[in-house]
Amino acid sequence: MRAAPNPAGRMALNAAAYAVTVFLLLPTLIIIPMSFGPERFLQFPPNGFSMRWYLEYFRDEEWLRATFFSLEAGLISAVGATLVGTLLALALVRGRLPGRGLIELLVVGPVIVPHVALAVAMFLVFEQLRLTGTLLGFAMAHTVLALPFVVFTVLAALYRFDAELERAALSCGAGPVRGFFHVTLPLIAPGVVSAALFAFVISFDEAVVSFFISGLDRKTLPRKMFEDIDYNISPTLAAVATMLTLLTIGALLLGYALKRAMERRAAAAAGEGGDHG
Amino acid sequence: MRRPSSFLLAGRRYSPAASLLLAAPFLLLIVVVFLLPLATLLHESLFLPSPGLQHYERALAEPVYLRVMLRTLRIAAQVTALALVLAWPLAWVMSRSKGLGLALLAAAVLLPLWTSVLVRTYAWMVLLQRNGVVNQWLQKLGLTDEPLKLLYTEPAVVLAMAHVLLPFMVLPIYSALKGIPEDYTRAAQMLGASAWASFREVIWPLALPGVTSGCLMVFLLALGFFVTPALIGGPQQMMIATLVSQQVREMLDWSFAGALVGILLAFVLLLTVIFRRAVRLDRFVGQG
Repeated sequence: MRAAPNPAGRMALNAAAYAVTVFLLLPTLIIIPMSFGPERFLQFPPNGFSMRWYLEYFRDEEWLRATFFSLEAGLISAVGATLVGTLLALALVRGRLPGRGLIELLVVGPVIVPHVALAVAMFLVFEQLRLTGTLLGFAMAHTVLALPFVVFTVLAALYRFDAELERAALSCGAGPVRGFFHVTLPLIAPGVVSAALFAFVISFDEAVVSFFISGLDRKTLPRKMFEDIDYNISPTLAAVATMLTLLTIGALLLGYALKRAMERRAAAAAGEGGDHG
Repeated sequence: MRRPSSFLLAGRRYSPAASLLLAAPFLLLIVVVFLLPLATLLHESLFLPSPGLQHYERALAEPVYLRVMLRTLRIAAQVTALALVLAWPLAWVMSRSKGLGLALLAAAVLLPLWTSVLVRTYAWMVLLQRNGVVNQWLQKLGLTDEPLKLLYTEPAVVLAMAHVLLPFMVLPIYSALKGIPEDYTRAAQMLGASAWASFREVIWPLALPGVTSGCLMVFLLALGFFVTPALIGGPQQMMIATLVSQQVREMLDWSFAGALVGILLAFVLLLTVIFRRAVRLDRFVGQG
């Protein structure tokens, strides 16, 4: 029997694939060594090592204020979107929801509608409600942007484990609320936590809506980065970009660990269910 | 044993009333923060200062604006084509890898997907600006005498946008290719099909849903993209999102900005409805 023929073709494909991964990673990763260069003028390779631009970031009140504002907005949006999205996911999977098709359409709305359209529309309404440049405004806007991702993540977690387990709890006399907190929630917990993580990252990185609804002294980190890129490309930005990239790697590793935990839990729950039935 | 029905439960499921209660916070938020703002903006474009389609006519009739819209379509199409060409080999090799190899390739796709768009756009500016890394190296290697103008050109916008949107192309194609058993291609080749014929007759038709989904996602995202065109393209390479921003922030012409948004929305919704089945958002979550 002939195995896959044409080893040359396969090698070419492999080479192309790895070249594309280099293309994907290189522009972001090349910033990391450059951020440690001593000169005001970014170079690759850097001719020296210095923490100067990191110090500059930590000394600059405007950078720090923007960072804390983004952290606040991210945490509030993550909690808000996770709560609201988990409740909706439950209604979609376990409930009899009137107008289900329309609601499903609304869930994907914030992803389908271009962010610039939504950003300008929010800007218009938020100006009139005096919500621009406020934490409440950002929390509301980012919660809505993160909701589709939360709903899909929690839906996936709910579909992954056997609904019979919750029904068993109900038929043993537990009410729907107790059934949820004692059976369902522990099983989908890793999914809910990774949904919250998604929501936080979406809010923390969100640039377009932030660009429009930021205030003069209440702006998010992406908005501050945007201004800095636009007016003066200082190496402080390279330091900020490096820290954000490392943060993303951390978040991805955490997300991966959560996914593994969810798979183990689903497998364990299925095993237990099998013993009884 | 039959479970008792109650306000909260209807047989094995939550009752309609309980389900609506669970969905209520979502509905409230989506109405107030999503539907209402969009409706207000579109109302502005249709009724202010007087009812009519004059803002839409202006957007589609004046050559300046028409040029921006054509450029937007052209760039979005180029970005989609470039992303497809780059994504295919990566998705193919991913679909035939296991273990560490797959983990590394997947990390290469997921890290950019979750890295801030601003960080990635900034990286391209550092590479492409007048005194940027690319120009430094071109001169160091003696390939050019003076810095080339790379930033604020259409190819730079296409390249950077394709880079930013590439994960949205790779992931759906990878999902589709992963579902094709290796036996299929082996069987085709044992029956005498050439590599090209087995690609054309077996792999491509089975991968097509993933390809459609990826192309649609990238094209839609590219049409409304703001950050990368604004910074890499500058005013010279204005796309529709940058034009909307300019109308709002510099001209304070909300009605005209609303009309531009209306045109963009109509286009995006039309494409979404036509390719309804290709819009598979679930592919982008739960992958991390």
